Amino acid sequence: MKAIVSVFAKDARGITAFVTALLAEKDINILDISQTLMQEFFTMIMFVDLEACSLPFHDLSVWLNQKGKERGLDIHIQRTDIFEAMHRI
Amino acid sequence: MSYFMNSGEILQTIEMIGQQHLDIRTVTMGVSLLDCADTDVSTCAEKVYEKLCRKAEQLVPCCQEIEQEFGIPIVNKRISVTPIALAAASCRCDDLTPVAAAMDRAAKTVGVNFIGGFSALTQKGFTESDLRLIRSMPRALTETSLVCGSVNVGSTRAGINMDAVLLMGRIIRETAELDPIGCAKLVVFCNAVEDNPFMAGAFHGVGEPECVINVGVSGPGVVAHALKSCRGEPVDIVAETIKRTAFKITRMGQLVAREASRRLNVPFGVVDLSLAPTPAIGDSVAEILELIGLERCGIHGTTAALALLNDAVKKGGVMASGHVGGLSGAFIPVSEDAGMIRAAEEGVLCMDKLEAMTCVCSVGLDMIAVPGDTSAETLSAVIADEAAIGMVNNKTTAVRLIPAIGKTVGDRVDFGGLLGSAPVMPLHSGSAAEFVSRGGRIPAPLHSLKN
Repeated sequence: MKAIVSVFAKDARGITAFVTALLAEKDINILDISQTLMQEFFTMIMFVDLEACSLPFHDLSVWLNQKGKERGLDIHIQRTDIFEAMHRI
Repeated sequence: MSYFMNSGEILQTIEMIGQQHLDIRTVTMGVSLLDCADTDVSTCAEKVYEKLCRKAEQLVPCCQEIEQEFGIPIVNKRISVTPIALAAASCRCDDLTPVAAAMDRAAKTVGVNFIGGFSALTQKGFTESDLRLIRSMPRALTETSLVCGSVNVGSTRAGINMDAVLLMGRIIRETAELDPIGCAKLVVFCNAVEDNPFMAGAFHGVGEPECVINVGVSGPGVVAHALKSCRGEPVDIVAETIKRTAFKITRMGQLVAREASRRLNVPFGVVDLSLAPTPAIGDSVAEILELIGLERCGIHGTTAALALLNDAVKKGGVMASGHVGGLSGAFIPVSEDAGMIRAAEEGVLCMDKLEAMTCVCSVGLDMIAVPGDTSAETLSAVIADEAAIGMVNNKTTAVRLIPAIGKTVGDRVDFGGLLGSAPVMPLHSGSAAEFVSRGGRIPAPLHSLKN
């Protein structure tokens, strides 16, 4: 299953390394990364493959969110369907 | 499928949900109760309870899973049932409150926040069961917390049942005297639809299947945000912007509807693409109208702006979903829209303007608090006006008025939660009692003869 991981932070330092390490820990393959500024937030969006990840989606979501909070980041994971549904005819 | 990610689009979606109040307003499961008929009302009630618990057991957990996985808030999970006047027609009793109590219990057991369908369809006349149900309404709606009811008093094909109009004025008064919040759960319709997922007028029509999933999306905040970039543009651009935004909003509803239907193994009914406001700041239909260029919602120009909005919402939404239904347009519930509340408090938005607005939007005179001493006949006259607009224009109209007992113009009524709060609005003085007391049926208009 493919998913989108979105990360929002005030300070960009070390975020890419931190988040990619988290994903690697759970055997999640990163297919694409994009970074931008949304208002004053540093925003990172990753297109990931959960094929090899053994953690159930809900647990993964909670874990990422929790790890993110510990570092002062907002991390969300969601299925790609919502984005495809909205932006493709 | 190969996927080339456009981070701008992803961020737009995330912003819509995070900042602009985009959400699935309701996932409503419609359940047929026609097989719960019984001559004994307690047995009928028990059958209703058992069937609802069985059919809707997984509704809330399933919606929570979808919310989680897709990252879309599903604000309300609800149930609609066959109009109880039909389901309980065999009951030999005068009081159908036990059935409402069973609906309420079932709703609490499965965890939904409203259950609609304590209803009767009386556009051509009453059955005995219709009358039983209507007379049970004041107690049924005030003694339960989650049950909503409705009565259809007219249609383009049948005309307007003025006996029902007269009766419903009295029933609204009676309900208000027990507890005004009961009136917030009572809708009087003309041309009611069978698949509306929104409360308080939702019911599961007789043409519907055994069980169905209907979804109501909402995003006034998203539309408002999109319009901020159209200042000074011609109305064509405004319409186009609303249309495109409505497409995106409705696509979300379609996705959730399909997913819920699949996981619950229940057929997908419709997406209702109505723009339904909430009292939250930034989630207002009135604000959209003001962004279109009105100093305040309710001044001259409001009807035209609303007509533009309503039509653009429909056009955008219809492309986005396989089955669009329900009410599908712009809602104007006064107590549930921060902008409407402000306009009403300032005295800018009045009943006459609201009545005009109902000609071009998808609902009617909704969630309006009126003086506590308003007579039943005046309430009936308001219903008659609204029914006439619906009947002649071949659209759904409705009335959800709340007599604010003990209060008058200048006071405020607080219903709590999603029902919001509203200033008491003035009505015209003068009596229409002689007109509404005549009874009978206003004949169907000529253009109803379509065959």
